Amino acid sequence: MRKLLWTALAAVVLAGCQGGIPDEALALQPDSLERRQLESRRFAGGKEADILAACSGVVQDMGFTIDESETKLGVMVASKNREASSAGSRFAVALLVGGNAANSMDKSQKIRICIVVKPVPGKEGQEWVVRSTFQRMVWNSYGQLNRLEGLSDPELHKQFFEKLSKSVFLEAQKI
Amino acid sequence: MNKILLPLFAAATLLVGCVHNSTESALEVGSNQVELRQIQSRAFDTTDKSKTMRTVISTLQDLGFVIDKADLELGTVTATKLDGYALRMSVSVRPRNAKQLVIRANAQYQEQAVTDPAPYQAFFTSLSKGMFLAAQNVD
Repeated sequence: MRKLLWTALAAVVLAGCQGGIPDEALALQPDSLERRQLESRRFAGGKEADILAACSGVVQDMGFTIDESETKLGVMVASKNREASSAGSRFAVALLVGGNAANSMDKSQKIRICIVVKPVPGKEGQEWVVRSTFQRMVWNSYGQLNRLEGLSDPELHKQFFEKLSKSVFLEAQKI
Repeated sequence: MNKILLPLFAAATLLVGCVHNSTESALEVGSNQVELRQIQSRAFDTTDKSKTMRTVISTLQDLGFVIDKADLELGTVTATKLDGYALRMSVSVRPRNAKQLVIRANAQYQEQAVTDPAPYQAFFTSLSKGMFLAAQNVD
């Protein structure tokens, strides 16, 4: 019993003063290439700034507001705040399980998107690779951060690029 | 009773040791400034700042980061990775001499500065692959 308590004490002290960065956080993973392909599409024609302008149109269509952009590096960042679960479902959980459970549920979320346009090596000025990455932060009703995560659902990227293809076309036609 | 109270008291005393004036964090410098710079910096045999910054950005994306800010003139990129934790990183690209650029990265994991050499080594290994150039230590 005493040994256990001292072990627990050591654990508490160690956890209290530090918590380390995971080893794999800054190393390329076996699925890195696959993820890059999932998040990227190639576009031909136009100028880099035109592609980026088309991207800004699409993120605005999706309800994002632009946070940052650097045209010279082909970077644009946008975000939106949305409800993470409907008030109705939280009410239902409150009735069934109680208010604490309902308050611990996801309530609001901030979704961020980053778009990077890059010239295709060897075809600078003609072809571009567009890569989009998403992440979100989710809070519960107590205002506590419930989740921090990247969003890698293939459907999300597919839909984004479908919209972008149309937008690039519209930009090209100057509609 | 004492057998339980003593470790608890010891734990409380030790944890109080962790407490410090929180405003001191603003000006804190790691234990050894020169050593930290060496850990966080590498030189590359190129002078193409724009291309290097684009490679830094795509490497960060490969590592699961979302870019927060980028500035070509200043040569800085800041990005955040969310994966059950928050890892924020700034990378700066500056000319070192007529033939080299120096890249410096600094990271914070949750609410702590990352001072361990291993994560930076992993980052520069990832970056070297994208740059097709070797990362050289900076004295």
